[in-house]
Amino acid sequence: MLSEEDRRLLHVLSQDCRLTPEELAIQTGLTPDYISKKIKQWENDKVILKYSPLINYDLLEEERVTALIDLKVMPQRGQGYDKIAQRFLKFPQIKSVYLVSGDYDLCLIIEGKNMHEIAQFVSDKLSPLDVIEATSTRFIMRRYKQDGVEFVGEEERPQRLMITP
Amino acid sequence: MKHYLSPLVLNLKPSGIRKFFDLASGMEGVISLGVGEPDFTTPWVMTESAIFSLEQGQTMYTSNAGLIELRRELSKYMARKQGLDYNPDNEILITVGASEAVDLAMRALLAPGDAILIPDPSYVAYAGCASMSGAEVHYVPLRAEHDFRLQVEDLQMAYTPNCKVLVLSFPNNPTGAIMTREDLLPIARFVSENDLLVISDEIYSDLTYQGNHTPFANLPLMRNRTIHVSGFSKAYAMTGWRIGYACGHPDIIGAMTRIHQYTIMCAPIMAQVAALEGLKSGDSPKKEMIREYDRRRRLMVHGFREMGLTCFEPLGAFYVFPDITVTGLRSEELAEQLLQEEKVAVVPGTAFGPGGEGHVRCSYAYSTEQISEALSRIKRFVQKRI
Repeated sequence: MLSEEDRRLLHVLSQDCRLTPEELAIQTGLTPDYISKKIKQWENDKVILKYSPLINYDLLEEERVTALIDLKVMPQRGQGYDKIAQRFLKFPQIKSVYLVSGDYDLCLIIEGKNMHEIAQFVSDKLSPLDVIEATSTRFIMRRYKQDGVEFVGEEERPQRLMITP
Repeated sequence: MKHYLSPLVLNLKPSGIRKFFDLASGMEGVISLGVGEPDFTTPWVMTESAIFSLEQGQTMYTSNAGLIELRRELSKYMARKQGLDYNPDNEILITVGASEAVDLAMRALLAPGDAILIPDPSYVAYAGCASMSGAEVHYVPLRAEHDFRLQVEDLQMAYTPNCKVLVLSFPNNPTGAIMTREDLLPIARFVSENDLLVISDEIYSDLTYQGNHTPFANLPLMRNRTIHVSGFSKAYAMTGWRIGYACGHPDIIGAMTRIHQYTIMCAPIMAQVAALEGLKSGDSPKKEMIREYDRRRRLMVHGFREMGLTCFEPLGAFYVFPDITVTGLRSEELAEQLLQEEKVAVVPGTAFGPGGEGHVRCSYAYSTEQISEALSRIKRFVQKRI
């Protein structure tokens, strides 16, 4: 169970992970020393896995396509879904792998330069695998919101009056 | 045409905020710390439920007191969160913002010749509403040396036998002060001894950053002496929806409902529907906002202290109320010069009553980037003067 102090620290850190322990201390009321130790501990325990910016590639002139790929798989005797999922983890194109409920079993998120590249990957690397019974590929056409951040419409936000009681 | 106006209105002063609003609105590139409303938008579940209700054709009047479903849910909320038992049938009134509830309570209780005790500084509307009932306003100073908590000695000084009502407003706008149960107990005794009624405006009760809020009605013998006023504007980021409420003894709520029935009829139905959804869907969106406010609060208090201003730690609402006397400027002068020189808008403490002199109100309902930029501009301004 997280303490109230640690919850506060995680909140501020998840808003902006570039803050120094001193800056974090101001915003959480904790000491820089405690914060440094806690972050180190979370890093060691793999609670914090990575610090990465959320980039809107749509604004850069970069060809980049993301697809959601649903897989129906046949678990092998003695090997559950975990074993099958393991096979996919090492492909750098595959950004996320989830076991899901519903019509399909696994959901992969794949990034590639263009649709062709992703289609090629699916037909070359995924479909031929014995354990895979069916695939369904859905390309992301537009990103509206990701990781809690809205990608569009922010500039249209209505303004508050400048001074109110 | 002025000679046609009622003397009550002629004596009604415009809010001290107005002048500043006009000044700041005409300028470009201003960072404002001047707003008394959240920078979040209403949680989407609430907005969405209102949209759905409109699509379903829910566009009618509701009963004067408000949707019974909303009053029932509010009654449960009051029991769960505030430890107070109010009958949804006759002890809860849904109003157009907490402001209407304050106005109704004053009109229901005050008559010419009566006096009302109002903490100073406090929200701009109390004195104005009271004067519309023809009542005398007695200000009770809130002092920085007591962290702006109301003291019985100050109440005694301001009290006269025609005093009928005391206004309490904690967590307080503009100071951010709160009052704990221990702080409130002597006030409750004073209220009993002098047979006062209390209008307790607890609109910021969900926005506290240390310990739990104590509703005044929760103190011994205070339930029937208190009109508990609150609303959805602050904690649910619903300012523009105008939805508030009052809870209290059926005789008083009944009287308030009669005035409400002739002036307002009922609060807008879509706002009532959204509020109902907010109460039903739980506290998680609120919790997120509170966590974020707490972070900004710490950032702002630190910023003011670092630049050499005395700044008590506000534990409620979303305001910081630094002492600016070290600059040698009066509140209004500072606010005006700061706006001209550094383009930062703050509200002079005197806009909230004479007791606000020597302070300015700064809201932290802004992003940390905006707060940091505003603080560095204020620092530059202050350093030239100390």
